[in-house]
Amino acid sequence: MRYVFKKILSSIITLFIVSLLVFVAFALIPGDPALSRLGTNATESALASLRHQMGLDKPLMVRYFIWLGSALRGDFGTSYSYSMSVTSMIADKLPITVTLMIYSLLLMIVISVPLGVYASYKEGTLIDRIIQIINQIVMAIPPFFSGILITLFFGMILRIFTPGGFVSISKNAVGFFGFMFFPSLAIALPKSAMVLNLLYSSLNGEKKKDYVRTAYSRGNRSKTVFFGHMLKNASIPTITFLGMALADIIAGSIIIEQVFGIPGLGRILLTSIQNRDYPVVIAIIMLVAVVVIICNLAVDIIYRIVDPRVEENT
Amino acid sequence: MKKQKKMNFNIILGCILLAITLIPALIGLVWTPYDPQKMDSSLKLAGSGIRHIFGCDNFGRDIFSRIMSGSGITVMIAVGTVALGSILGTVIGAFTGYFGGLIDEALMRINDVALAFPSLLLALVMVSLLGTGKYQVMLALGIAFIPSYARIVRSEYIRIKNLDFVKAARLAGAGDLRIMFVHILPNTKTVLLSSVMIGFNNAILAEAGLSFLGIGVQPPDASLGRMLSEAQSYMFVNPGYVLFTGATIVMIILGFSLISKEIG
Repeated sequence: MRYVFKKILSSIITLFIVSLLVFVAFALIPGDPALSRLGTNATESALASLRHQMGLDKPLMVRYFIWLGSALRGDFGTSYSYSMSVTSMIADKLPITVTLMIYSLLLMIVISVPLGVYASYKEGTLIDRIIQIINQIVMAIPPFFSGILITLFFGMILRIFTPGGFVSISKNAVGFFGFMFFPSLAIALPKSAMVLNLLYSSLNGEKKKDYVRTAYSRGNRSKTVFFGHMLKNASIPTITFLGMALADIIAGSIIIEQVFGIPGLGRILLTSIQNRDYPVVIAIIMLVAVVVIICNLAVDIIYRIVDPRVEENT
Repeated sequence: MKKQKKMNFNIILGCILLAITLIPALIGLVWTPYDPQKMDSSLKLAGSGIRHIFGCDNFGRDIFSRIMSGSGITVMIAVGTVALGSILGTVIGAFTGYFGGLIDEALMRINDVALAFPSLLLALVMVSLLGTGKYQVMLALGIAFIPSYARIVRSEYIRIKNLDFVKAARLAGAGDLRIMFVHILPNTKTVLLSSVMIGFNNAILAEAGLSFLGIGVQPPDASLGRMLSEAQSYMFVNPGYVLFTGATIVMIILGFSLISKEIG
């Protein structure tokens, strides 16, 4: 329990440091948000009053704590280019991106775990070789190219789905989940190849360990040893990797949303970067940071449950 | 014996893939069959043929020439990124690992966060701070890559700094800087080499990703990611454009990962 508490505390401190760094970095960018909103021929007094209204005339640290205070209450300020609340802009699009992420995480596990276990179980056979070769190639495909290939194959050759034909969940739930399968697959494929590779090599590493030989010599059948003993030990690095992969899935979904024309968080992030709409950019980055840090926390805790040997001070 | 044979096969295949992609890229720096920027409306989205072996894009530009010069830019950015990231990362890792203390603690905390962040997103933040263009992308990615090198080098320094040969060097009167960069650094080269190879792949992927999103390399420069995003709009008319460009990226990455798998 003490371990969990310590981990949570250190995550909160980390999050605090990130928010400070991000906020200061964006505040130091040359350029005046008030000027870009009013245009170059605005009068000096209009600029000054807008700066006052946006709180830009206060010192940097004061601005940071005001921002932090309202961010903790869920208010990330107002978008420069759309003059609407950042929180509502994000809340609108968040479910789409979250669906994409969970979908691809599930696909990733469904694809990689059975194949990795099967390939390791059949180590050295032809089928193992074939899985390895395909895996090596898939690993080299960047997510946006896998997205394009999937669009070409399923959209143009098989004509199973309409490229760019995104429907919102409120209009057509079946159509939404049907459409989201393909972008999720595009994100999941290259990542599954990595998980497969990791699971495969850690399973093969376990095969040479003493406890496996002991288990065999006690007369256990090979299936029992493989699934009962080795799989549990080999799953530890895989769990860690899955936790870290979630961060990559977020990055992947930003790109894949562009390939498939999905109006999710990635699209707002990109337009905000191009429009220099910093409150939105900061809010999305902080959101990702929170997700990433919570995932790492969860991985640490799960790790300890699966493997109680992990020491207190790690 | 059997393992030896397989290892050579992977390295040979990796070298072949890299030769196919990187030699044209190098030649592309000085010569291309056609001017990669020259537009010809009569050749709009022409398919593969004898004169234009990969066909032409939506402006009638020769795709083969564009891939040659585009992979040159992509590889150049990757080299710059890895050089910047690995040199600065090595210096930071060396100092923090060797001296430890409060600065080490603080830097490693920041490092942990930076590492947990997807590198593409870190690069996105950097690009929004620095602006777009090929040098900005190089700088942005280089900075985004520092943490991973710093962490690897730091743990190597922590492992090596208490070994006997370092103590012997110190007894012989070597100063801290000399121990750090003359005695310890050469011993980190195996670890550093394999992470440079992996870093190269990540840099190519990240550059292609940024340019694909339209916030990396800007026209008239062509990079593979940029071309892929242009090609995507025409993939139903001229699938060759997308496929040849994408295949080039896949071959470069596959080549590097096959080689680094054996070296690492």
